[in-house]
Amino acid sequence: MLNTFSMKSILISSAAALTIAGQAYAYEPARSAECIAPANPGGGWDFTCRSVGKVLVDLEYIKGNVQTVNMPGAGGGVAFAHTISKRDKDDSLIVAASTATTTRLAQGQFPGMNADQVKWVGTLGADYGIIAVGKNSKYTSLTQVLEALKKDPNAVKFAGGSASGGWDHLKVLMTAQKAGVENLPKIRYLAYSGGSEALVQVVGGHVDAFTGDISEVKGFMESGDLRVLAVLSEQRLPTPFDGIPTAMEQGVDSIAPNWRGFYVPGNASKESYDWWVSTIDELYKTQEWKDVMTKNGLISFHKSGAEFAQFVENQTLDIRILSQDIGLIK
Amino acid sequence: MDTMSLLMQGFAVALTPESIMFAVIGAILGTLIGALPGLGPANGVAILIPLAFSLGLSPTSSLILLTSVYAGAMYGGRISSILLNIPGDEPAMMTCLDGYPMALKGKAAEALAISAIASFIGSFIATIGLVILAPILAKFALKFGPAEYFALFALAFATLGGITGKNQFKTLMAAAIGLMIATVGIDISTGVQRFTFNTLELFEGVDFIIAIVGLFAISELFFFLERHAGDGLKQVAINKLKLSPKDIIKVLPASFRGAVLGFVAGVLPGAGASLGSFISYTVEKRVSDKGEFGKGDPRGVAAPEAGNNGAASGALVPMLTLGVPGSGTTAVLLAMLISLNISPGPMLFQQNADLVWGVIAAMFIGNLVLLLLNIPMIGIFVKLLSIPPKYLMPIVTLIASVGIYAVSHSALDLYFMVGFGVAGYIFRKVDIPLVPIILGMLLGPEMEKSLRHTLVLSDGDWTALFNSGLSIGLWTVAILGLVLPIIVGPIVRAKMAKSKTATKGD
Repeated sequence: MLNTFSMKSILISSAAALTIAGQAYAYEPARSAECIAPANPGGGWDFTCRSVGKVLVDLEYIKGNVQTVNMPGAGGGVAFAHTISKRDKDDSLIVAASTATTTRLAQGQFPGMNADQVKWVGTLGADYGIIAVGKNSKYTSLTQVLEALKKDPNAVKFAGGSASGGWDHLKVLMTAQKAGVENLPKIRYLAYSGGSEALVQVVGGHVDAFTGDISEVKGFMESGDLRVLAVLSEQRLPTPFDGIPTAMEQGVDSIAPNWRGFYVPGNASKESYDWWVSTIDELYKTQEWKDVMTKNGLISFHKSGAEFAQFVENQTLDIRILSQDIGLIK
Repeated sequence: MDTMSLLMQGFAVALTPESIMFAVIGAILGTLIGALPGLGPANGVAILIPLAFSLGLSPTSSLILLTSVYAGAMYGGRISSILLNIPGDEPAMMTCLDGYPMALKGKAAEALAISAIASFIGSFIATIGLVILAPILAKFALKFGPAEYFALFALAFATLGGITGKNQFKTLMAAAIGLMIATVGIDISTGVQRFTFNTLELFEGVDFIIAIVGLFAISELFFFLERHAGDGLKQVAINKLKLSPKDIIKVLPASFRGAVLGFVAGVLPGAGASLGSFISYTVEKRVSDKGEFGKGDPRGVAAPEAGNNGAASGALVPMLTLGVPGSGTTAVLLAMLISLNISPGPMLFQQNADLVWGVIAAMFIGNLVLLLLNIPMIGIFVKLLSIPPKYLMPIVTLIASVGIYAVSHSALDLYFMVGFGVAGYIFRKVDIPLVPIILGMLLGPEMEKSLRHTLVLSDGDWTALFNSGLSIGLWTVAILGLVLPIIVGPIVRAKMAKSKTATKGD
């Protein structure tokens, strides 16, 4: 089945090389595709697979169906290993990824594996990082928090939904580093198993500050229980979040998008990779996808193809250096 | 008033065709599972969790399905108690006392009908209790910092054995086994790997759903193999139902008392449904005029049934609001919530209001379905009871295995499941209870995290553990929970045994 398809696609692709580039895609996708969500149902990766799969089918980019397969384990490591060892040439497989994937790759938490072993397709939006405090906190700006940390790195304690060394932890460290805080390993971070658990502790006044993503704080922001001090984005976010100042406005050059995107197997055919890249590009522009983003608190962030691969490489490198600086890895 | 409008929204969720369908399916499956001796509610829910996952059900649908199974199993447990004198599950034990004698007297149909009505009243009242109590407790839960949570987990472990627990030492041992299994994986507080041996599959620890299915369902299979119980069980013939409104009115007071007592017993961590039905029965015996308790008194059927169903709903209160389960089955439900990336606790009522209230509303509907199901259709369930286990157990095993594999697509999980099955068989042979193992696995990491967080926040000062009134209160209850059973336990157990032998001698 697959063989006939790839034979066909080779024939078509040589023909297509002569035709005008643009509309006609050399590669014809298989009737159905598979999307691996490297976690249990209900989380971010599961959401990425299911929503993208649905729009791909609804808009008939794929004639058959896109099946979401949950493959939890090792924070995406099991799915990564599965992809490079068993599905390395599969043209109709995509795997959901996010900043958590690059963080683990950077810190060597997928033993013996690295980012070059797969092909990075693109992103379909991002959830930006924020730093927030409870409504009764003495801090009213990010600057005050950072000043306090400069005097004593132990002064403000943070709660977040990722493990120690994970993305929520790194956001705090990145921001503190950019602001010139010394002795980063002394900053206290309390790891919770989910953003909401960490939020309750901050809102309940048990922990000083919250580090997480903007989509996690909407409820408590609206109820007035939480004061968001800064969003870690280049520009202010669209309404209803436009009242939150960016870290850059407060003089700290810290940007932390938690992107949602995909990779495909490392030896998938070039034609299929190009097809996925251009499809993701088109999908990103559709109204259907914009609706999905609005409904789920995703904010525009789109990179694809070579640009995205470069972005992943840079991000991995940045995270590795930071993790070494603060002694998370050797 | 606020609660009312939320509940109405919940009904909007629960009355969608999809939700009703899952409530009905759950009710039927639950009754069936409860009726079959050996497969208790915890088993039933455990087997169906992977199935719900692999079918890709939404969290709301999964939870509606599984709470219906839970409620259905509480209903079903009575059927084999009455007809076979074998409780379908532990809480249904007290129903044997008067249910079986009634059946012997040729009143099996009446006993089944009365117990169905009593079950309905029990669940109904307790669900109302859940509606009232849960949001109050959820608001209160914001006061819980890491120190309070640590005390609460300690309390959950201390009261595990419950008043009826046989051997505190074995309970603690079981909890320790669970805690040990829970240490496998990447420790989130430091990012360090523990006991993973560089195996990717172990990085996130041992999945508790697999442990539950293995320990409960697969070990049940081994027990079956051992017994060679190839044939169906002998049962009392069922007569034509002759129930007058007067008979129903006569058991109403007993049902109401049983429901309230059961609910209270259910809310208390560690007490659970068995205690609920036991208290309801003994209180009823004392409160009522003489009657013929133990010889087939309808009130003796109604009170414990209302009690165990009340306790079942009551046990959902601490599970949903604090994330601390009050019974084995709610521990299993908790495991499922966590696997669906829904963290129970106060945030559940804020962030997943649709889900919580949808499920609560579905409980009302499921309960009504169960009542309708259990009176006219009782004949079908009775027939199913005579299916020989030799056909049944392979089906159960098949469903469990397919479900487990479909969730993760990993053959390693199946090995783990069988491994846990063997372990579960051995544990049950030597009377090590299984529920504390599951609780240890579930709560262990949380407890460790709370302790560490407390110490980080206090910069290493241990007295922070006892710094608030709330935590001191929790510690006090925990100590009482550990010490009381040693003193009171033997007395209660002796009474339970006495009332049981009294019936047997009949």
